[in-house]
Amino acid sequence: MRDQAPVMEVHHLSKHFGGVRALKDVQLELRAGEIHALLGENGAGKSTLIKIMTGFYQPDEGQLVFEGQTVHFGNTRDAQLAGIVAIYQEPSLFPDLDIAENIFVGRQPVQRGRVAWRQMYRAAAELLQQLGVALDPRTKARELSVAQQQMVEIARAISIKAKVLIMDEPTSSLTQNEVAELFAIVRQLRTTGTAIVFISHRLEELFALVDRVTVLRDGAYVATQEMEHVTTSDLIQMMVGRTLNELFPKQAVVPGPVVLQVEQLGVPGSFADISFTLRQGEIVGMAGLIGAGRTAVARTLFGIDPAVSGTIKLDGHAVSITSPQVAMALGIGYVPEDRKQQGLVLAMSIANNISLPVLSQLSSGGWLNTRREQQLAATGAQQLEVKMAGVRQQVGQLSGGNQQKVVLAKWLGTNPRVLVLDEPTRGIDVGTKAAVHRLMSSLAAQGMAILMISSELPEVLGMSDRVLVMREGRITAEFTRVEATQAKIMAAATAA
Amino acid sequence: MTKPIGSAATTQQPAYSARDTLARLLVRWEWLLVVLIIAVAVLNTRLSPFFLRTNNLLRTTSDFMEIGIMMLPMVFIIVTGNIDLSIASTLGLSASFMGWLHIMGVNIWLAATAALLVGALAGLLNGVLIARLRLPALVVTLGTFSFYRGLAYALLGDQAARGYPPAFTSLGQGTLGRTRIPVALLIFVLLALAFGLVLNRMTFGRYLYVIGNNEEASRFSGVPTVRIKIAMYVLSGLMAALAGLILAARFGSTRPDIGTGLELTVITVTVLGGISIFGGSGTMIGAILALLLIGILRFGMGLVNIQGQVQDIVIGSLLILSILLPRLAGQLSAIRSWRGATLGKIGLALLVTVLFGWFFFWSRTLIPAK
Amino acid sequence: MGKMDMAPRLRAGLLQAVIKFREAGILVFIVALAAVVTLRTPAFLTLDNFRDILLNISILVIVALAQSMVIITRGVDLSVGSIIGLTAMMVSFVVVAFPALPGPVAMVLGMLLGMVLGSFNGVLISFGGVPPIIATLGTLSIYRGLVFWYSRGTWVNASQLPPGFRQLAKGSVLLLPNIILGAIIVVAAVYYFLRYTRTGRDIYTVGSNPDAARFAGIRVQRVIFLVYMLSGLLCGLAGVLWASRFEAAQTNTAAGFELQTVAASVVGGVNIFGGSGSVLGVVLGAFLLGTIQNALTLVGISPFWQLAAQGLLILLAVIVDSAILRRLQRFASGAQRV
Repeated sequence: MRDQAPVMEVHHLSKHFGGVRALKDVQLELRAGEIHALLGENGAGKSTLIKIMTGFYQPDEGQLVFEGQTVHFGNTRDAQLAGIVAIYQEPSLFPDLDIAENIFVGRQPVQRGRVAWRQMYRAAAELLQQLGVALDPRTKARELSVAQQQMVEIARAISIKAKVLIMDEPTSSLTQNEVAELFAIVRQLRTTGTAIVFISHRLEELFALVDRVTVLRDGAYVATQEMEHVTTSDLIQMMVGRTLNELFPKQAVVPGPVVLQVEQLGVPGSFADISFTLRQGEIVGMAGLIGAGRTAVARTLFGIDPAVSGTIKLDGHAVSITSPQVAMALGIGYVPEDRKQQGLVLAMSIANNISLPVLSQLSSGGWLNTRREQQLAATGAQQLEVKMAGVRQQVGQLSGGNQQKVVLAKWLGTNPRVLVLDEPTRGIDVGTKAAVHRLMSSLAAQGMAILMISSELPEVLGMSDRVLVMREGRITAEFTRVEATQAKIMAAATAA
Repeated sequence: MTKPIGSAATTQQPAYSARDTLARLLVRWEWLLVVLIIAVAVLNTRLSPFFLRTNNLLRTTSDFMEIGIMMLPMVFIIVTGNIDLSIASTLGLSASFMGWLHIMGVNIWLAATAALLVGALAGLLNGVLIARLRLPALVVTLGTFSFYRGLAYALLGDQAARGYPPAFTSLGQGTLGRTRIPVALLIFVLLALAFGLVLNRMTFGRYLYVIGNNEEASRFSGVPTVRIKIAMYVLSGLMAALAGLILAARFGSTRPDIGTGLELTVITVTVLGGISIFGGSGTMIGAILALLLIGILRFGMGLVNIQGQVQDIVIGSLLILSILLPRLAGQLSAIRSWRGATLGKIGLALLVTVLFGWFFFWSRTLIPAK
Repeated sequence: MGKMDMAPRLRAGLLQAVIKFREAGILVFIVALAAVVTLRTPAFLTLDNFRDILLNISILVIVALAQSMVIITRGVDLSVGSIIGLTAMMVSFVVVAFPALPGPVAMVLGMLLGMVLGSFNGVLISFGGVPPIIATLGTLSIYRGLVFWYSRGTWVNASQLPPGFRQLAKGSVLLLPNIILGAIIVVAAVYYFLRYTRTGRDIYTVGSNPDAARFAGIRVQRVIFLVYMLSGLLCGLAGVLWASRFEAAQTNTAAGFELQTVAASVVGGVNIFGGSGSVLGVVLGAFLLGTIQNALTLVGISPFWQLAAQGLLILLAVIVDSAILRRLQRFASGAQRV
């Protein structure tokens, strides 16, 4: 397997957007039947590279060699015909079409000039069976979970007979079980001779899967290594150009009095019988599979979907949180999981975003005070070390990590006593991740009560004073920092 | 509104402070409108030496004050990425309701107040359906477009309400005291000032831009989106009713079909003013300039005896060009190869256009004009 | 994938049930309406009256299908009424000047003219990048203005139109009026196109997820161009049928018709946000609109109420739709917790 001729090579690739250099002299070599990790911080050029490989962009300099021949892909269709397929971070299925048509989109089998539906369903069923997925090919994609949607995309790649399959952060929204199932399928694909490019920010999971790894930094090639010859800290050093000693800088804090007390909270169809407490200065981690109801609890605490049953007490007084406005007035902040859709208004400025929750406090009689707004934003952005041209810069122009810092600054500006963080470090680079963790730790040390929802177990274990585990809309376990282990949490999160 | 293909949310620039608005104004759409207005004004003066007389200009304005008044809340609505197709029907319903009350012998001012209330209620229904039940604005206001106009017909049938007292008709026909300033113009100017300040200087206006850019994020930031959207539709209904009163006063009578089709003009003016149909950007000044442009353009075309409906060809083209031209450069540069297929397509398009044009002008002569 | 499999199957069943419910729902509504009206006016439930309804909705069905294809791609065609008006006028001019022109030739001429007008929309939207609502709002004004310019304010009346042309809509084959036959042929053709051709499937694909469609190598621009061209073509056909059926071409022919076609589509369950909609649903939607209009007249309710009733129906349709969808989503999110 290791000695095969490369199926695809990338030589001296450069790409500019306007005046900004995205890639410079990048190389990559893929062999048939290998799983090749592509690593780099956000903005390192991974996305640009794979978009060039799939024909979405054309390179300024350099060349692509596919099966020994130099190729030029004018568009994604050309690349697909050659056998290069990408599965992107956000599944790109057609929600209104069924599974079979999603697999054969644009290539529906045709008999005597008409789409042969029965043949298509049969072929789809065979593919799904081959992947060990028990799904009805007539199911609409709208109905599928993220993991199931990925399976459909993989089925599609197989049906195209992909020689190169690029997977861009396929695990970022999967639970551990689903990740395990995905890995099994990826390994199966490897045995059929497919070259797989695997992009992930979860370094620890790569060791179980990947044969070789290529690292990019600032749009440039750093190195390609056999996975068995490197360690996590090697990879991080290659990615950020320095060593990070402390990944989870949790300060020890003696928790204060109970701030938030939740008793038998319930919303039919989402969760039931949720009870827990949150103390001043405490970080409570909330683990569980996706869809276990963690985000639903957070939304209820923040008044987006108000509680139907149970009570919420702040400082011992029962409160009725019927809207985000009420939650904010009570001193609750919520950093949502979907930064781009829920956390930020990308087309607006940093100042506008940071001031949004406190706009009415910044104005008098409904009249805006833009000077106070700019001051607030400047203070907040500086405190979080947002890398920016100024507070009037559009948030959409910032990197993912800096965007997350703006979301945090926005909520810190409301001076919350209780801060709910939903996947606070998803999809952001290692450097920013550590900065966010340091911030959380110091906020807790100053007395803030933090509820952190996270699907990354190392983060949960590293940052939490206590860990709550949810399964199927209920809390199934609670561990202290000392008690908590990956195995215990997984056991409580899954039915097993 | 759905975001159609190719719309890039990130390219939309919201106005976020007075100074920034001013800075953008120096380089943007609004200046183009000013240039166009001056060009048309110069042309009009050439066509008619009377054009620039104050009297004439002032009288011209009264023809599109209803459109202007309905445009103000339409700017709000389109800035949030919504739409209101029902305004002309609301206008018709309110005016007809007033006419109906008038026929029943109710005092005209009482009837007018009731008509304003009906307009606000009509807007409230739109707002509740769109904001609280989260139904698509296009469909809801399409439904109420028919519903409200239908109610207007049901109220008046095929009769017309007439005989309004002069005190009332002065609302549409009168001038201010001894000056020659039309009452309707004054109403519009005051309202425009108020709406402009709300959009630019108040939290309400900021919230409109935020909702238009990302409604979900605004909800997650504690913006009272539902209340704001309802308020905006109530305003729209109220302004439509006011426009209805002014129009009825100007005509001196009300028929149930009063104002039919005005919604399209209002939307055209708003979009021409640079308000993005996808929401999130645009200024009140731009919309007002567009109103002015269309007003003097129509006036000029009237001077050379172009029929109203034929004038629509120019207005429609202007609307399309205002969106097409800024995009054309980008669209053309996206074409990677000019050879073969692309040139063939352009050639075919030209051929078809020429053939159609020839057929149009040839067949037009087949039946002589009456 | 062990645990993942059960729920979706259950949910898929439910979704299909809802879609079927939509079509069945309209049918039930029609039947209930018919029952009530028949109790008051037995004349309602006669073959003649049924034929009347079909006659009245034939053109609506043709144009509503065109509109639906556009809506499925996340667009809207507000210019349909103006295209009908312009083609009706131009074709009428030609047949008045050449009375011997065979009916089918007039139809083809109308379709060609409509196709050109629709293609113009298509070029603006797909290649020019103008949002559909703006482009077709513009051409709504332009094409209607052209009708006035073309006709110089005159109109073509019944006495001018040759009998052969009038027979186009009025005539019948085996008791089936031509115009109904025409609608049936269009319904069958559109059904086959949307269901059994790749291009037809591409229309749903593009509407369901345009970005992914591009990634999947579908020529999105071409598909979008095509639906507006087809819309123009069907409007051209409708224009000829309109002039023939009403024996006149006026400057305001079919003005405001765009809203009726959107109404029929929406009532028929076409998702205004694109991606889904069925031919059967649209036909039923148009039929419901036609039945209500007919019933109101028969029951003796003032025709002035018809417009209001149509508006209420649209509101009712979206409210019911969203209520079902919301309940479904709640169920789906519940079931997703595996």
